[in-house]
Amino acid sequence: MTAAAEGSPPLRVAGMRRSPLLQSEAVQGFALISPTFVYALILLVLPILVVIAHSFWTQNYLTIDHTFTLENYRIALTEPIYRDLLWRSLYISLTVSLLTVVLAYPIAYFISFHGGRHKSLWLFLITIPFWTSYLLRVMSWKVILGYNGVLNSGLMGLGIIDEPSTALLYNSSAVIITLTHAWATFAILPIFVSLEKVDRTLVEAATDLGDGPLRSFLRVTLPLSVPGVISAALIVMIPTVGDYVTPKLVGGKDGVMIANAIQAQFGKASNWPLGAALSVTTMVIVSLMAGATVLIIRALQRLAR
Amino acid sequence: MLERVQSERTQSDRTMIDIRDVTRSYGSFKALDNASLAIREGEFFSLLGPSGCGKTTLLRMIAGFDTPTSGSIAVDGQPMDGIPANRRPTNMVFQSYAIFPHLDVEQNVAYGLKRLKLGAGEEKRRVEEALAQVSLTGLGKRRATELSGGQRQRVALARALVMRPKVLLLDEPLSALDKKLREQMQVELRRLQQAVGITFVLVTHDQYEALAMSDRIAVMFGGRIAQVASPKEIYQRPINRQVADFLGGMNFVKAEIVEENGASLVLDTLGFGRVKTDKPKAFVRNGGNATLGIRPERLRVLWDNAAAKFEVAGKVVERHYFGEITHLIVEIPGLEKPLSVTETNDFGADDIPVGTSIRLGYDPEALVAMAD
Repeated sequence: MTAAAEGSPPLRVAGMRRSPLLQSEAVQGFALISPTFVYALILLVLPILVVIAHSFWTQNYLTIDHTFTLENYRIALTEPIYRDLLWRSLYISLTVSLLTVVLAYPIAYFISFHGGRHKSLWLFLITIPFWTSYLLRVMSWKVILGYNGVLNSGLMGLGIIDEPSTALLYNSSAVIITLTHAWATFAILPIFVSLEKVDRTLVEAATDLGDGPLRSFLRVTLPLSVPGVISAALIVMIPTVGDYVTPKLVGGKDGVMIANAIQAQFGKASNWPLGAALSVTTMVIVSLMAGATVLIIRALQRLAR
Repeated sequence: MLERVQSERTQSDRTMIDIRDVTRSYGSFKALDNASLAIREGEFFSLLGPSGCGKTTLLRMIAGFDTPTSGSIAVDGQPMDGIPANRRPTNMVFQSYAIFPHLDVEQNVAYGLKRLKLGAGEEKRRVEEALAQVSLTGLGKRRATELSGGQRQRVALARALVMRPKVLLLDEPLSALDKKLREQMQVELRRLQQAVGITFVLVTHDQYEALAMSDRIAVMFGGRIAQVASPKEIYQRPINRQVADFLGGMNFVKAEIVEENGASLVLDTLGFGRVKTDKPKAFVRNGGNATLGIRPERLRVLWDNAAAKFEVAGKVVERHYFGEITHLIVEIPGLEKPLSVTETNDFGADDIPVGTSIRLGYDPEALVAMAD
């Protein structure tokens, strides 16, 4: 016992000398995230840096001229074709996010407030379309909107139109319709979560203070579910700006978006620096638009008080 | 209008809430079973009972958040059938306070006024007045998240009072506060009710809270109203053992009915002998037996040669010290259960050794007869 007592102080000192680095919570935290962090660094940050670097260089047939230049950005921002494609992409993604949020909100509201015991069943049903490939879902819209498609045959069968309409497929509306459907679930879930967090007693309190169902919704439920609306809008908006598959499949000539142009620069046109400049421009503009969306929704929320 | 009520400050005999034969069933379970109650104008009325007794269901039906399966509720002479909660002349203070987290204190209080379109000046004046009533002047710009529990409760009160309702409904408003704040708020709530003169209906499971604040109390068990009376009456003359037990300690003694007439009862008991008591109004005999009750604090220790006109003798078997009082358990020959006695410590009740033979004096007024 005595020996142990005598032996313990030096042991403790040794222990303290050995471990401050390992005992620090920050170090432990970094250790925990490091695999993911390294992975993200290699596969996300490095490629972005490479893209940014390329955007300041020039393609010289098969080689790349590494002299610094802003020429690519001048082309990306002033050439009418790229400006139009960028505007169209922003227009499509804004319209899609607006439509998706507006259509998703009632569904999320219904599940949250009236789903009762079947909430999980409803959420499960909503995820069912994800059991098939995204390409198949886009293809099915082709079947619906096509020249001999379901919609045209249906309208002709009803005698509303005489010959198949070509206005349905291969334009930006087709892209909007397809994307709105494809992203619905991603909008429903965050809105549902934020509605679940709204204390039902607050709605009762609003009713008690004289509000009818519509007023209490506009003054309590809606403002309190704004965080969900913001995340839904962003989750839909950011990826749809850069969507490449959908416009390729259902967009036709009029539905081409900026991502298709970027793909062309890295592919057939073989002008990586211009493609990189277009990517960076899109990235910056999407970030600005996302920030603006958050600010606008917040301002609307304040106005509603 | 508020000023007029304030100057009168009297409680009228006019009925403000008329509850007639109200039943609320969920399938075969009756949350409320044929309850009838008349709450008077300007009264501080409490619904008291254990959880699941139907008191909150009844309150929510007055507010309009729940609908009676059968029966009717009228507020200020107006039948409430089919009238939604937002058009009733009642306002509620919720158990969780339900303060709107996205609004500041002023906006919370002004919430219900916005719809009335009073004009900015009048609205502001009424909000200020309501905040002053609950001593929150100057905190109008605080966010709900920056308030303490007690302050939230005051905001909930101001938000309801600013609507000048005919009836203010309070659903366990003090249960989330700590003991000291709760006692302070009891006094303040009572004072506020006296000042505004509005009919208050309080739901609580805390008997002391109900006793301290109410003009009248309805004690409820299992969806039924057991007794409606003033706090003193309920405490001193409980209608049955269940009510007596819920409102604090009570010694129960088996008794045999010897004589019964319009106003009084003569009972034979072991320990207390033959006792003549007032007959409670709602007393209905059930066979030849009854129960006699006496509150522990109505029994007092007789020291040395002190004598009382009525006394029982026994032996101390347990002693529990509670600071200002001592709780003695005294065995009385002939009684199946020992008596509980609470005695203040002024004369040294805390020093009586267990095993001591003592005499207990009592006032025959303190004995209450209950039907078995």
